[in-house]
Amino acid sequence: MKIGFKLNEKEIVIHVPPDKRAIDVLREDLGLTGAKEGCGSGECGACTILVDGESKLSCLMLAAQLEGREIATIEGLERDGIPHPIQEAFVEHGAVQCGFCTPGMILSTVDLLKQNPDPDREEIRKGLSGNLCRCTGYQKIVDAVEAGANKVNSTIKGPASKE
Amino acid sequence: MDVYNPHTMQELRDLISGHPEARVFAGGTDLLVAIRRGALSPSLLICLDRIESLKGIEDRGDEIFISACTTHAMILRSALLLEHAPVLTQAVGELGSPQIRNMGTIGGNIITASPAGDTLPPLYVLKAEMEIHGPASGRRMPIDEFIRGPGSVNLLHGEILTGVAIPKEAPWDIGHYEKVGKRKALSIAIAGLAASIRLSGSGEIINARLAWGSLGPKIIISRPVEAALIGRPLTLKTLKDAAALARDAVSPISDVRAGAEYRRTLAGNLLLRLIQCADGSKAPLPRGG
Repeated sequence: MKIGFKLNEKEIVIHVPPDKRAIDVLREDLGLTGAKEGCGSGECGACTILVDGESKLSCLMLAAQLEGREIATIEGLERDGIPHPIQEAFVEHGAVQCGFCTPGMILSTVDLLKQNPDPDREEIRKGLSGNLCRCTGYQKIVDAVEAGANKVNSTIKGPASKE
Repeated sequence: MDVYNPHTMQELRDLISGHPEARVFAGGTDLLVAIRRGALSPSLLICLDRIESLKGIEDRGDEIFISACTTHAMILRSALLLEHAPVLTQAVGELGSPQIRNMGTIGGNIITASPAGDTLPPLYVLKAEMEIHGPASGRRMPIDEFIRGPGSVNLLHGEILTGVAIPKEAPWDIGHYEKVGKRKALSIAIAGLAASIRLSGSGEIINARLAWGSLGPKIIISRPVEAALIGRPLTLKTLKDAAALARDAVSPISDVRAGAEYRRTLAGNLLLRLIQCADGSKAPLPRGG
C-alpha cells in the first residue's frame, strides 16, 4: 500500500503493508531507531511518537493510520545539528542512563509543555506517567523537564528576557 | 490484513455491508493488543479515526452529546463536561496514560465492555444513553441495557455506536470517581466507584447514585445501598452502614490483579472515602502513595 505522510517536516511516500505497525515502519523501513519497542502493548511509552503534535504509541498504530498525518520522532527534534532544549536539559541533568526510555520521555515532555508550559513537579510526573524508566532515574528526569521548560520558555520569550 | 480509513459515515456503511467479516476500531489500544497477542485475527480492519462527524462534544440543550470517536484527552479538556459531568472528567483523568488518552475513545471504551472500563461507572451514574445507527434506522438505549457482559454489547451486525448522550441535571453536590489499582498510571482497576450525591441544605443525603467497576461481570448498581444513604446525614456512620450492604451487593472474581475477598472489602471501603467529600468540596483529597 502506498502511504504518504509528513515525517519530521518532510513529505514522504512509502510502500508498506497497511497492517504493518508504525513502530516497525519507522525502524525497519525508514531507519529511524529512536522510537523503541519495550512492551509492545501500550504500557511502557518507549515507542512514543508525536502524531499531529499529540503523543501516541507507535506500537499500537498501523501503517495505514499514518496516511496524511504529521509525524515527529526524536530524530526530528534537533535543528541544524543543535539539540532541542529538552534534549540538552536531559543531558545536562544526567536524565539519560541506559537511554532506552529517553526518546519517549522527551517526546512526551514536548507534548506536556505544549499544553502546560510551566508544570510543577507533580504535573511533570503526571505528564510522563505513560513512560516507564527501568533505571529508576525519575528524579533526574523530572529535574531535566523542569530545567527544559525554563529553557523552552526563555527561547520563546527571546534573548531579551534572558539577559 | 487490509486496513481501510473511511472518511464519511456513508463510506463506513458501504464498507461494513460489503465486508461483514471486518472489525471496526477507533483508538486501537485494545484491539491491536489482542491481535498482536494472537487472540484475534480479523482479515480486514476498518479504522474510524478519519470520520470527523464521529468526533466532538456538543451541547444539545437538555443533554450533552459525546460522539463515539471523541478521545479521552478531548473529554478531559472539555469545560462543558467538567461543569455537567465532573464524575466522568475525573474518571477519564485516571484512565491509562497521556498517550492512551490521546488515542483511546469513549466509544471504544464502551464497546470493549470490560468490567474495568474506567468510563463505564460514571456513565451509569450519569444515566447516559447510547445512540446507535443501523443500516436502516437508529435507536437509543440506556448504557445498562447496552452492555450485556464482559466484551459483549447490544449491537446488531451493521450497527454503529455513534455517541453517548448525557442528560443535563441539576448539579450534584458530590461527583466522585476513585479506582484502586497497582499504581497510579496505566493500571487496570481492581475496583472502582463512581458516585453522585445530592445533599439538602441541612446536609442530609436526598439522592445518591452509585456504580462499581471491576466487581462483577457488569458494572454493579445497587438500589438497597443507595436507599441506605438517602434520608441520612453524610457521616462515617452512614457510609459504614451502606458499605456493609455494598460488600454483599457485589460479585467479584479472583484474577491476576486481586482476590475476590479483597475486592469485596474494597467495594465498601471505596464508599467510606466519600467522607472526604463531606465538607462540600466536589473533589476528593489527593491520594497518597
